[in-house]
Amino acid sequence: MTLLFPATENCAQTTAQKRLTGLNRTVTQTLPKTVKIVGSGGFRGLEAYQSGILISNEGHVLTAWSYVLDSDVVTLTMNDGLKREAELVGFDPRLDIAILKIDVTDTPHFNLDAATTADVGDRILAFSNLYGVATGNEPVSVQQGFVAAKIQLSARRGAYQSPYQDDAYLLDAMTNNPGAAGGALTDRQGRLVALVGKELRDSKTGAWLNFALPIEKLTDAIGRIRAGEIAGASDLTDRPTEPINTGLLGFSMVADIVQKTPPYIDRVVVGSIAAQNGARPDDLIIEVNGQMTASVKDVQKQFRRIDRNESIELTVQRGNRFIDMKLRLGQ
Amino acid sequence: MAIQRTNIILISAIVFGITSSGSFADEETAAEAAVVEESSQPIFDDRPKVTVLQIPSALVDAETDRVAAIQKAVQATVGIFGPKGQGGGSGVVISSDGYALTNYHVVEGCGAFMKCSMPDGVLYDAVIVGIDPTGDVAVVKLLGRDDFPTATIADSDIVQVGDWCFAIGNPFLLATNFQPSVSMGIISGKNRYQYPAGTLLEYADCLQTDAAINPGNSGGALFNENGDLIGINGRGSFEKRGRVNVGVGYAISINQIMYFLDHLKSGRLVDHATLGATVESDDQGVVRVSDVLPTSDAYRRGLRYDDVIVSFAGRKISTVNQFKNVLGILPKGFTPEIVYQRQGEQFNIVVRLSGVHATGQLTEIIDGKPPETPQVPDLPGLPEMPNPETPEQPEESDIETAVDEQADAENQHPYHHLFIKRTGFTNYYFNLQNRDRIWEQFTAIGGSWANQPGRWRISGQIRDAAMADDTPFQLLLGDEKSGIKIGDSSFVLDPAEDFSQQLFPPESGGLLVALHLWRALLVQGPQQFGEVYYFGGLPARVASSHQSDKTVDVLIATRGVTETHFRFNRGNALLQSAEMFPEINSDPCRITFLDYQRDGDLLVPRQIKFDAGFGTPERTLVIERIEFMQKRGEESEK
Repeated sequence: MTLLFPATENCAQTTAQKRLTGLNRTVTQTLPKTVKIVGSGGFRGLEAYQSGILISNEGHVLTAWSYVLDSDVVTLTMNDGLKREAELVGFDPRLDIAILKIDVTDTPHFNLDAATTADVGDRILAFSNLYGVATGNEPVSVQQGFVAAKIQLSARRGAYQSPYQDDAYLLDAMTNNPGAAGGALTDRQGRLVALVGKELRDSKTGAWLNFALPIEKLTDAIGRIRAGEIAGASDLTDRPTEPINTGLLGFSMVADIVQKTPPYIDRVVVGSIAAQNGARPDDLIIEVNGQMTASVKDVQKQFRRIDRNESIELTVQRGNRFIDMKLRLGQ
Repeated sequence: MAIQRTNIILISAIVFGITSSGSFADEETAAEAAVVEESSQPIFDDRPKVTVLQIPSALVDAETDRVAAIQKAVQATVGIFGPKGQGGGSGVVISSDGYALTNYHVVEGCGAFMKCSMPDGVLYDAVIVGIDPTGDVAVVKLLGRDDFPTATIADSDIVQVGDWCFAIGNPFLLATNFQPSVSMGIISGKNRYQYPAGTLLEYADCLQTDAAINPGNSGGALFNENGDLIGINGRGSFEKRGRVNVGVGYAISINQIMYFLDHLKSGRLVDHATLGATVESDDQGVVRVSDVLPTSDAYRRGLRYDDVIVSFAGRKISTVNQFKNVLGILPKGFTPEIVYQRQGEQFNIVVRLSGVHATGQLTEIIDGKPPETPQVPDLPGLPEMPNPETPEQPEESDIETAVDEQADAENQHPYHHLFIKRTGFTNYYFNLQNRDRIWEQFTAIGGSWANQPGRWRISGQIRDAAMADDTPFQLLLGDEKSGIKIGDSSFVLDPAEDFSQQLFPPESGGLLVALHLWRALLVQGPQQFGEVYYFGGLPARVASSHQSDKTVDVLIATRGVTETHFRFNRGNALLQSAEMFPEINSDPCRITFLDYQRDGDLLVPRQIKFDAGFGTPERTLVIERIEFMQKRGEESEK
């Protein structure tokens, strides 16, 4: 008979009282660090809400990067019912995360330096506003389960591959529901472990996945976004009078039909500058001159900032590969 | 040797418990502390060495507690099937005489009788008792025993988010061997409000759990970690994944059901309450009255447009959903307190809640006829749990035949005498049982008033706190006429005329009518009076400070449009008070019977307090003399 239990000496006498109140205490301490987010969406199949977590004293909120944030007004509801309009600090489309900020001070928050990791078989708690169940000033929902596996995520939503292809926790709890993305995954003590992911299916089997992104995989990007190094939403300045456009470079993007159409290259003109530099249909443009681009609008916005005499650097995703290319008119 | 073998079995059971079913309590802590030892002594000489695990007592205790809680809870759980074994769902027995809770949508298509399986392996007959279509609750009665195992009722208001809980029921109708399935999780949220699905099935102030709730779990029990009943599972959020568990299940709180329980046991078609006013909130947590019906009791008590609601039934209100959560768990007829503010001034009122649905409207809805004026907006809600094996919709022409067949089957059912169909009732049999029980208990202690069918002559003093001196009164109550003389003023009531035009004496709200009907009920009894039905229990708001028992049983007696609520004390079975509503949407004359004293074989009140509704001045009839006269016909013979 093989035994699975690690042997330790600190056999604390767990009283019945402690056992009964352990999770309640964690829940009570964690809920004030969660927020509900309302933004754009609301039409068929696209919920206008998601979840988020406070990660700083000054009101920085970590959440999933999605169309919900692509709105003039994004409203956060704190656990105590307080509502605040949020400003988008920045986002990282490769990790599918975004950081918002609200005007508060001394707010309860997760200390990212104290974030931890989990092993397969560890008990976890998930805090999110799945299905928008928590309306008004109600606290978000809490679920429990175990880490079922550590996987490399390979998932899709519809035809689009998820940009995040790195390590993830696979959970046995039904966590990844509408509105749950951006919620907190904690251990039993309430220590932050991961960020609840979006609603995605496994690329091969099509099964809906319940997963979360390890905080350790996000901390670097969070720091860069907060430092202004990745600023997907930075203001446009010094617009050139004659900016570059896709037609001049010899390609076109897919039709911009939804709020946040992924910037796939649709066609490449034979012999054009784009073709000479190796651009192909179905390449996803993820950076323009080092700036993250998550939508057709983002690419157009970046292009409007670049004079047609300047060179332009594109990073595209093709399958699992990232390809850099440098284009210049009159090449 | 034998002891060691037992140990090994115990170990494997616990390992299974932790790894596959999740732990009930914080067992991981204890598990981490488990000490592994190599045993040098083989169990059987011809077998290889085995490893023996020393299990910390905390882990064993947690496991033992959980198993005991589940074993206790399972005993009272029920699988519910239609009379021909079709459809199905779950339920739970809450009293040893067989009353069980389930969802309305589980028994909706079952007709009067159903089959109920229990873990003892027996399939019991059951009869429908009462339904609450708005709250999605039904009460059925299992038959054939008076010692059914019962669930222990917990207080669902003290449930906390993060509490362990488990659902026991019949998901996917797996319980073909009558053994239910157990799924475990935590309380994910409380005080949740879920909009009505269609026109009915509103879930207010409900519990949310991540314990797996699947089709077939409907109507089944949600237990806390001690195995005590905290709710009835009835609904999930099923939007995208097909109709299976997605980690969000809702349970109707057991506290809500306890408010409704004896209304449901009355065999009536039970209705929820409305305030007759709507509210809206702003971002600052201020909830204001956005509309109030002039015919509502709230309006008569003073509530107006734009008033700020501070609290409702003792709960602070800062969102519309909180307001709906309070309202949604109370039956029609309850009288909660509202605190509101207007221009900085605070007011406290007690408001009588009326029904959400107009008379007959609920009957039409559940019979499938479209309501003429739907009062519940048809909001896009979440779908209720489907019955997994609901047969396909029959052709229109088949329905009548099916209805006839069902009626025939019900007439031939061995328990057919336990079901009486009547408009406005789920099962009138249970209403008669309760009505007659309350009357028999009252007459057993209060005496047989039927022996005094002649006129009653009562005299004494009217005491009014606002007046220095008492005023003498004389009261004559009879079948053909009643009258009262107060000081020099006389008033005569003609029972053949409209009561609402004879509300004497002034500012009493109709004291003479109320006393006239009081005598009529006492002399004639509920069977002869006219239409008298059992309503259920209500808080004894009208009670004086003498009453320690806070709930009254209410019999409602109607004469024309005049409705009188006779309220019987549950502690001593005596008639405690009556409220006479002369017409629809009117304030009652309330009379309270005090100081009951024995007079021959009768218990007679020596004081009758009266007023014209909540917040109106109280006066008291202090009775000095009461005479029961012979009937006139008999007098003339003498």
